[in-house]
Amino acid sequence: MVSIASVREPASRAVTEPARKAEARGLSFYYGGFQALKNVTMPLFEKKVTALIGPSGCGKSTFLRCFNRMHDLYPGNRYEGEILLHPDAANLLAPEVDPIEVRMRISMVFQKPNPFPKSIYENVAYGLRVRGAGRRSVLDDKVEEALRNAALWDEVKDRLHGLAFNLSGGQQQRLCIARALATEPEILLFDEPTSALDPIATASIERLIDELKSRVTILVVTHNMQQAARVSDYTAYMYLGELIEFGVTDTIFIKPRHKQTEDYITGRFG
Amino acid sequence: MTGRAAADRLSRRRVRRVKERSIEVVLFLPASVSVVTTIGIVVILFSESFSFFREVSLADFLTDTQWTPLFADAHYGILPLLSGTLVTSGIALLVAIPLGTLIAIYLSEFAPFTVREIGKPFLELLGGIPTIVYGYFALLFVTPLLQVFFPSLPGFNMLSAGLVMGIMIVPYISSLSEDAMRAVPMNLREGSYAMGATRFQTAWRVVTPAAFSGIAAAYILGISRAVGETMIVAIAAGMQPDLTWNPAEPAATITSYIVQVALGDLPHGSLGYQTIFAAGLTLAFITLLFNVMGHVLRKRFRQAY
Amino acid sequence: MSASTHVVRLRALIAAHKRWDRVFAVVGLLALMTGVLTFVALFVDMAIDGAARVSLEFFTSFPSRRPAQAGVLSAWVGSVLVMIVTAATAVPLGVAAGVYLEEYAPRNWMTDLIEINVTNLAGVPSIIYGLLALGLFVYQFGLGQSILTAGLTLALLILPVVIVATRESIRAIPGMIREGAYALGATKWQTTADHILPYATPGIMTGVIIGMARAIGETAPIITIGALTFIAFLPPAPVTAEPPFISFEWLWSPFTVLPIQMFNWTSRPEAAFHENAAAAGLVLVVMTLAMNAVAIYLRYRMRKTIKW
Repeated sequence: MVSIASVREPASRAVTEPARKAEARGLSFYYGGFQALKNVTMPLFEKKVTALIGPSGCGKSTFLRCFNRMHDLYPGNRYEGEILLHPDAANLLAPEVDPIEVRMRISMVFQKPNPFPKSIYENVAYGLRVRGAGRRSVLDDKVEEALRNAALWDEVKDRLHGLAFNLSGGQQQRLCIARALATEPEILLFDEPTSALDPIATASIERLIDELKSRVTILVVTHNMQQAARVSDYTAYMYLGELIEFGVTDTIFIKPRHKQTEDYITGRFG
Repeated sequence: MTGRAAADRLSRRRVRRVKERSIEVVLFLPASVSVVTTIGIVVILFSESFSFFREVSLADFLTDTQWTPLFADAHYGILPLLSGTLVTSGIALLVAIPLGTLIAIYLSEFAPFTVREIGKPFLELLGGIPTIVYGYFALLFVTPLLQVFFPSLPGFNMLSAGLVMGIMIVPYISSLSEDAMRAVPMNLREGSYAMGATRFQTAWRVVTPAAFSGIAAAYILGISRAVGETMIVAIAAGMQPDLTWNPAEPAATITSYIVQVALGDLPHGSLGYQTIFAAGLTLAFITLLFNVMGHVLRKRFRQAY
Repeated sequence: MSASTHVVRLRALIAAHKRWDRVFAVVGLLALMTGVLTFVALFVDMAIDGAARVSLEFFTSFPSRRPAQAGVLSAWVGSVLVMIVTAATAVPLGVAAGVYLEEYAPRNWMTDLIEINVTNLAGVPSIIYGLLALGLFVYQFGLGQSILTAGLTLALLILPVVIVATRESIRAIPGMIREGAYALGATKWQTTADHILPYATPGIMTGVIIGMARAIGETAPIITIGALTFIAFLPPAPVTAEPPFISFEWLWSPFTVLPIQMFNWTSRPEAAFHENAAAAGLVLVVMTLAMNAVAIYLRYRMRKTIKW
């Protein structure tokens, strides 16, 4: 139907392409008998924000969840192809690779904030405890650093041991971001992080994503095109399981190469 | 439309309304039976106990250490019955709470599909066995078995009764706890797995705490069930009221005492007859307390999810 | 990526955690097996002790001072008659109450009171129902220590079960069905009788079966109302040879039921009576298990076929 856009455009590559943190190669995914992803090849550039856009059901969340092997939690799923993590060029999807190890290197923030029924401190410390960090002083420092990086420290420093449930929606989401950051992941995945939040909280999360990219590679799924335009350096447009176009955000939004992309962006459908 | 047809329509409508209203009243009466039953229980227990407490002071009832209402030298202290109830229930819960919780966590978070599909109905069947059968089992299988290890164990003892009662309660605790855990949204579990946690870490550190008030409700309802149990203790623990905390001895509970009296022949209206209502009132208070606690906890849990 | 020693340490940590996973899976399965094992032990113990005694004679003989000749005739007949009264009382009352609470009851304090009572009564120990029946039915109403009293007592006991089953079955019916009926001009009662009740019936039946299975095995309340433990006669037959051909005398008759017969035999010191007890227990267990199994199966079938 539509040719899969390749970033290997001879003219621009040598000059502008930054280092790759990861890349998907020929990635296909099956929910049982249904093929949700069709031969997706896409790079993920280091310390940049990449956005995934497309209408409902296009496979963007499915694609995202391949990166941290979330699909392994449910029976009947199957991966084909590779996701290579650099610099060691390890294929994350290889059956001999432990999903738990993958999740210790790649963190995720979910659509609906999901703080654990614990204190704010314990929420942030959870990932560290799972990794065996035990000493109180070490934990204290890392928790504080994570909360600062998530722009939440000032608001919660006096109630670190209060329940996370008592925070507002936007604060809970920033807590989840802090939790994900505490373990110093190599890639941070965001699955529609602001769709459950009000506009003010949304703006604060978007600001945060912009600040975070200097520390960590970010992949964001969003159904809000304006958000993608505001927040990301690179954008990928997906439709019905295929990657239609990938490129620098400004280019995609101002002068997309494929008519389908243009139709979606101008609101003709989806 | 002629005036005649309109009038017809209106009168049919009135008849229909009357019919509907009367149906509603007819249906209301059975619904109110539950309220009437509760009122009946309260009235009976209180009125007979009132007669009882005219003869026996409340202080004696609560502090006397002997319960011998049918002897010539009659004592009316509820403590021996309470100790029997406490010890047997305590043993039962020591068995049922750990087992029930483990099974619940296992079925909810670990068990493969087939194990769960077979295990759950099985547990339900276990909970459906009549308690008299459990009593037989306690007296004629468990006690002799225990006597192999503890030869000095008497034929009637609280340990056997408590252990079997515990097994009987396991299905209650496990099914209510499991329901609570399954109500925890997948979102929370995914958050834990995404942090690199294993299944056990997720089950123990995230799901179980999240389901906690539902699990606590299950425990409390289990306590209520244990306290109200009659036949297992009546058969296996003997029916001899005795203020003792040693499980290797026979004793009577509030419930087995009532059975013992009912088996005999006490004239209606005698003091001995009234003792069972005083005992029943005590039991009703205790179980009511636990039921209310359990209900409040379960409601709070439902609101959270 | 970080240095390889870091990776090695991480992998060791993950392996340690996964070991806990495996340990717990085993522990959990063992816990489940404990329940299964107890059940098997109970059943096998009963079978070994009592299977030999289960025979046609066992079912057709009265209890006797000689264990070898004692049977459960009066007991199972008594159980059947009591169950008839229980079902005839609990089903109409429970279903009607459930329908009222789901379809008709306004949201006011009266309804709340009723609902609180239903929940509360479900948790009341069965022996307290016995005390209620003793004071109220046996003496106050003068119904005596009869089948009628026993049936009414057990009906009150299982009433919450039937009410809850009715309510949940009705609640499972989607609002669309009701709206469809009303849109065609049906009255509330017509909708209820023609649509709601028929669709809710499988669920209600499941609840009734579970309730009856419980009632059959109840001993404590029946003892409390004074059922005698040695009954060597049958209640008068419900069907008679002369007009009016139906008699209700059996309702007022003294009686015994299967669990009480078993209790009686268990309490005797002679081992021979214990065999009888085991046989009676076997019958009870098989009966209640069969009823529960039918209910579970019905529920399973319902979940598969009815897909709202």
